[in-house]
Amino acid sequence: MSGVPVEPIYGPGPYPGEYPYTRGVYPSMYRSRLWTMRMFAGFGTAEDTNARFKDILRNGGTGLSTAFDMPTLMGRDSDSPWALGEVGRAGVAIDTLADMEDLFADIDLSGVSTSMTINGPAAIILAMYVAVAEKNGISPDQLAGTIQNDIFKEYQAQKEYIYPPRPSVRILTDMIEYTSEQMPRFHPVSISGYHIREAGSTAAQELAFTLANGFAYVEAATAAGVDVDEFAGRLSFFFNSHNDFFEEIGKFRAARRIWARWMKERYGATSERSMLCRFHTQTAGVSLTAQQPEINIARVAIQALAGALGGTQSLHTDSFDEALALPTEKAARIALRTQQIVAHETGVANVADPLGGSDYVEWMTDEMERQAEAIFAHLDELGHGSILEGVYEGIENGYFVGEIADSAYRFEREVNNGNRIIVGVNAFTDGDDGQKDLLRIEAEVEEYQRKRLDDVKLARNDDDVARTLAAVTAAAQDATANVMPAILDAVKAYATLEEVVMAMETEFGTYVEKAII
Amino acid sequence: MAAKRSIRELYVAARSGERRALGRLLTAVERGGPAADEISELAHPDSGTAHIVGITGSPGAGKSTLVGQLVSDLVAAGKKPAVLAVDPSSPLTGGAILGDRIRIEDGESEAFIRSMATRGHSGGLALAVPLAVRVFDAAGYDPVIIETVGVGQVEVDVVGAADTAVVVMTPGMGDAVQANKAGLLEVADVFVVNKADRPGANDVRRDLDLMLDLSHMTGQESETGYRPPIVMASALHGDGSADVWGAVEAHLAHLDDTGLRDGRRKHRMRTEVKARLEQAMSAAADQAMDSTVGAEWLDRAERADIAPTRATNELLALLLNTDLSNIDMQRNQELS
Amino acid sequence: MSDEPQIRILLAKLGLDGHDRGLKVVARILRDAGMEVIYLGLRQTTDSIVAAAEQEDADAIGLSMHNAGHMTLAPAMVKAVNDAELDCPVIVGGIVPDQDVQPLLDAGVAVVLGPGASAEEVAQSVRDAVAAVNS
Repeated sequence: MSGVPVEPIYGPGPYPGEYPYTRGVYPSMYRSRLWTMRMFAGFGTAEDTNARFKDILRNGGTGLSTAFDMPTLMGRDSDSPWALGEVGRAGVAIDTLADMEDLFADIDLSGVSTSMTINGPAAIILAMYVAVAEKNGISPDQLAGTIQNDIFKEYQAQKEYIYPPRPSVRILTDMIEYTSEQMPRFHPVSISGYHIREAGSTAAQELAFTLANGFAYVEAATAAGVDVDEFAGRLSFFFNSHNDFFEEIGKFRAARRIWARWMKERYGATSERSMLCRFHTQTAGVSLTAQQPEINIARVAIQALAGALGGTQSLHTDSFDEALALPTEKAARIALRTQQIVAHETGVANVADPLGGSDYVEWMTDEMERQAEAIFAHLDELGHGSILEGVYEGIENGYFVGEIADSAYRFEREVNNGNRIIVGVNAFTDGDDGQKDLLRIEAEVEEYQRKRLDDVKLARNDDDVARTLAAVTAAAQDATANVMPAILDAVKAYATLEEVVMAMETEFGTYVEKAII
Repeated sequence: MAAKRSIRELYVAARSGERRALGRLLTAVERGGPAADEISELAHPDSGTAHIVGITGSPGAGKSTLVGQLVSDLVAAGKKPAVLAVDPSSPLTGGAILGDRIRIEDGESEAFIRSMATRGHSGGLALAVPLAVRVFDAAGYDPVIIETVGVGQVEVDVVGAADTAVVVMTPGMGDAVQANKAGLLEVADVFVVNKADRPGANDVRRDLDLMLDLSHMTGQESETGYRPPIVMASALHGDGSADVWGAVEAHLAHLDDTGLRDGRRKHRMRTEVKARLEQAMSAAADQAMDSTVGAEWLDRAERADIAPTRATNELLALLLNTDLSNIDMQRNQELS
Repeated sequence: MSDEPQIRILLAKLGLDGHDRGLKVVARILRDAGMEVIYLGLRQTTDSIVAAAEQEDADAIGLSMHNAGHMTLAPAMVKAVNDAELDCPVIVGGIVPDQDVQPLLDAGVAVVLGPGASAEEVAQSVRDAVAAVNS
């Protein structure tokens, strides 16, 4: 405000952009380029979302972010009995390639970057994306974007899995191979701690489980014969930003340091890109309160600030009304404005890692790293020297879900006995004037989508569908084959999402969680 | 709301296949008291044929997954299995989380799964488990599988009372040593090394073999020529459940061939009657202590008038001369 | 431990919704309140819940709903319970906006627990719902 010129960096080295990148992945950080303000959205039919996409592009946006509805995320068609009440509610419904064609109609896919938040059926959705592009004369190597595809955290926290862990990782390594060869601009995995934290973990558990999952994917892909530097540079991360300000900043800093060290020392990466932990951050949805919802704006602002001070590459800020429903347009706009204030008014973007060198912040960073390393050591032991095997074992024996449930319960007890203050919930509760203006999704979407699916099924060639689905099963049975080309053929024949899922399920089986409370 | 049905009505309904009625009866069994006694009287003549299989092992050994496999296999083979899954209650609150219920995908499945909490007192379990098994048996379920967690005394007692006792172990948890300490090795008829695809599975097998060799002189093998088999399984991947059940049926055949099954039944009956007797005695002792005459003997012992041994003997004599089901200390007051 | 018969409550997630954090916390809260909790976990159907409620002789069914599907799924659960002639109150927790509470109660849901209900409130509402059925 006073106009005093500031240097791009203060405090001790190693500086941002220098190994082990504790202070940031790039030398000048936000001074040369602000974080990306990426707001996740989408609901209703593919046509609704397509209209929104075009709106974003008209306004100068270059990134599209796709949310899918629950049946799609679970690999079920809109006419499945499981889909009842869920079609189009939490995101867009995709049953066949026809829906994907609607979703990206009249959009030049060679000129945009598309983020798709889906895991269990990620291979099928990616194949549909490629098929839409090819129909428009765009080859896979022109496609840019990210597919979340982080299956381990599904077993650990988000619970949107289809097959058991090992076959799922087989599909994932097939996708890494396929994108390495065909889609060099596409990020095949976004390793996500966000959902682990939302499920109730501590900051240190979020950090450790997420990075361990990352190590496990690296081990799986290299075991499948892909060179570490071929794909590690295309891995990215996704963290939560919660209420405890300095702990969050310490977590972000520790994440970069740990990833760089492990990639270099344990996995022998030589390319700098392979060592960079670049991540997206979202403010903590679980911290939003239904009581006095407006005060969530303050929470989101502070969490967004922690993300910026922690050196995130992109940021989603939650809307204040999200504790109860999908955000209204006004609430979503306020959320975006909140991070614009952090970016443009507070001055935090002028200096890289402004907290670096603070005894407290450095201690917190070390402490986060220490706790994470203790968890890595446990997983390494569980896996007899393999983090990948340790993660499998931790999933099978309930280690992850048990640890997360313990932390969630501890948190809840602290709130319940008053040892942890949540403003508006267990203290300062005056002034809650109830809920209003919630976004409602109409049930008509469900009917529309079922009708659309019926029409597609009537119009397609059933012989082609049967033949291509049989080929998907055959590819699943052959451990040396890659499932991607067969899936691509099946979706081009307008096989439904669920049909392709089932074609692999006959070989891979389903995953049923052992209930650990 | 449906009218409350009598125990007898529930029993008849359960025998005719109504699962809701069977569920109700099992609750009455768990609560004990006169209703449970009535169920015992009703079910006794209608039961005695089901194959009772006890399955135990430490937490995380994959028992539920294995039992789930066995149950699907049994239903597919046209059988009507029941599972009684016993889980520990919290000693502090008496509450319990029964979180390991086997998932039967088909709602119309012939299997019946019931969870039972230990409710903090093993005495209650010792009464409830055999009666629950008898009710399942009378309702036409066969086999009846009792699943317990852990390798403590309760598990040894419960599983040891089955026709066939299965002990599940996993690599890397020191299970064999634990089981040996707890006395499970003596009661086990079939060993399962689960997660057999893990490193260390063969070590567990070797440890078990060694311990079985050592117990050769004293164990059941010396008497009957039966050596408990060790089955390698991987329940999570669906491997080995057929082998496990094969071993369980082979053991039953062995019991039938050698006439030992009757011995197991006798042992079970003896254990149950003894447990009931102990419970009745314990209740009588409580009552005696709370009675006027009990208070007087206690008082005299406290005043160092007489030794506690004398007070005990006096009260014992009193109890043994009394109708245990209806002790009235007041009437016998003059005896002191 | 009281002399009251112990409450057996069945907890489940109905449908595809995978948010089980709240349900697990509630399981522990009810255990600590002295109840026996039969935890069915994720991806249950109304059929699977009714079958378990029969076999376990549950006193109540608790559902946690986070995906805005409650207006379809909760009444379906109530109907399934009534069709099976179970005296089993259905209790719904999770994310239910205020305006949906009365319609759910009208559809036969016994209790709707809002966000921020304390441990005591959760346990007491289960006791009350069970007592109301048995009275």
